[in-house]
Amino acid sequence: MIDERLLKNEEKAVFGLRSLYGKYGYFPFKMSKFEEYELYVKNKEFLVSDRAITFNDTNGQLLALKPDVTLSIIKSAQDIPGEKQKVYYNENVYRVSESTHRYKEIMQAGLECIGDIDLYDIYEVVSLAAQSLAAIGDEFVLEISNLGLLSGILEKACSSCAFCEKAIDFIKEKNSHDFLRLCDEYGIEKEKAKALTVFVSAYGERKKVISELEKVCSKEELSPLSELSKLLDSSPFSERIVFDFSVVNNMNYYNGFVFRGFLNGVSERLLAGGQYDKMMKKMGKRSGAIGFAIYLDILEQLQSENEKTGVDVLLIYDNDTQTREVSKKVSELISCGFTVSAQKTDSGKIKAKKIIDLRKEKNNA
Amino acid sequence: MLNIALPKGRLGEKVYSMFEKAGFECPSIKENNRKLIFENEEKGVRYFWVKPSDVSIYVERGAADIGVAGKDILLEYRPDIYELLDLGIGKCRMAVAGKKDFTDNPAKTLRVATKFTNIASEYYAGIGRDIDMIKLNGSIELAPILGLSDVIVDIVETGTTLKENNLEVKAEILPISARLIANKSAFRFKSEQIEEILKKMKEQIEND
Repeated sequence: MIDERLLKNEEKAVFGLRSLYGKYGYFPFKMSKFEEYELYVKNKEFLVSDRAITFNDTNGQLLALKPDVTLSIIKSAQDIPGEKQKVYYNENVYRVSESTHRYKEIMQAGLECIGDIDLYDIYEVVSLAAQSLAAIGDEFVLEISNLGLLSGILEKACSSCAFCEKAIDFIKEKNSHDFLRLCDEYGIEKEKAKALTVFVSAYGERKKVISELEKVCSKEELSPLSELSKLLDSSPFSERIVFDFSVVNNMNYYNGFVFRGFLNGVSERLLAGGQYDKMMKKMGKRSGAIGFAIYLDILEQLQSENEKTGVDVLLIYDNDTQTREVSKKVSELISCGFTVSAQKTDSGKIKAKKIIDLRKEKNNA
Repeated sequence: MLNIALPKGRLGEKVYSMFEKAGFECPSIKENNRKLIFENEEKGVRYFWVKPSDVSIYVERGAADIGVAGKDILLEYRPDIYELLDLGIGKCRMAVAGKKDFTDNPAKTLRVATKFTNIASEYYAGIGRDIDMIKLNGSIELAPILGLSDVIVDIVETGTTLKENNLEVKAEILPISARLIANKSAFRFKSEQIEEILKKMKEQIEND
């Protein structure tokens, strides 16, 4: 039997997620820790950090310790019309930490659905993302955006690529003041520019966002959003799944729906994903794809019950105490369901709910 | 409780008075003592003063839910945060300055002294000028006077310091002002309070 209390937040999450993905017919994808370095050089911008730990194999080939899992899954995917490959993974990856600028081993989980993707698959993956967050914490928010819709409307307003790129950066920051300045710079009428700020100001409840977007988008343009929203109405987490256009992934690789998940008490996004058909095309595949990753290392920020309490009982003994007596007391306490630490002194470093001093007991006797 | 990081100094005091006017006052902040954190439980706010260039770090890492930082800091460090509002105060400009008699010779590498290495390298890459970057942490104006650099990239407020040292603005890079920023995760879970502050601050700016 595994005592769940002893598991770290990220370990607990991994167990929960495995059983969740299995229920929906996703199979585990196990792979080697190494991959040809060339794969990452070609697709640097797709990675969270563009560096990898490299080394030469015995035949001289340059290999890397995996900084990413998705690229390896895409590489192995086959284009078969009508078929879909559904996989999940739970792997350690190696990349440069943004804070320390040194390599770090990071535990990452996630899933990918590759092949003939339709609305159902998008719904399934989004709903699994919400269920994954729910399995980790009660208070979460999953935000969804649609890059196709966003870039389409911006291109209609101004065909310049530079405008679209900068505009999307400002939307990502929820920065309407600089967005309006940019529109002015590119000669977009004031009224029109103001209407476009709806992409910054409209966020939250899905129906409310759709009705606000109707000012700048046609019903047809909004249909992917409203169709997905209707399907999500039946989710038990419907209220926690919102629309927010500040979710932007790299536009060279992602298209269509993208999403991001936050947990209360964790300062960064815990989950990120979306449709990456453009990435598939770059790697010579015809199929579509959608997936997400969960950055389990971030869960360290959440305090677990164990850290707060240390052990239940601190058992103190000395050289005069019989070893058998110590071992008997420890087994006795453990069989009663307590956690015990046997020590010679109470240094104050181990927090305990109760202290049993075998020395005193002996003295009293 | 909403944690708010304020930049130490004159700008911070102006910013606090905006929060005060918005109805999120915290009288203890005006007491003369060595306390680091000031709290008004009733209003649900907790203020603390930090070095201006550190505000974005507190906010990005979630130690502060919202804060106020100069656009210069945001452009230099590119923190992953929301930039919700231009407060229209602390206005100045990021500019290239040099000695009055200096003229740029495109045949030579330009020596640039600055605290803002990212902003400077982006600016010069944008105009295709080859530069030698000299990172300094203060008294930037000294560099061209002593011949350490040809020009400097720095914040110019009134231009008085430049004038008194026989320096002048050679090119303007961009205007700077104070911005209200928010942690991306906190924005989700404390949205009501943040939105109320945002709304009240917007009203103040429009009325000014």
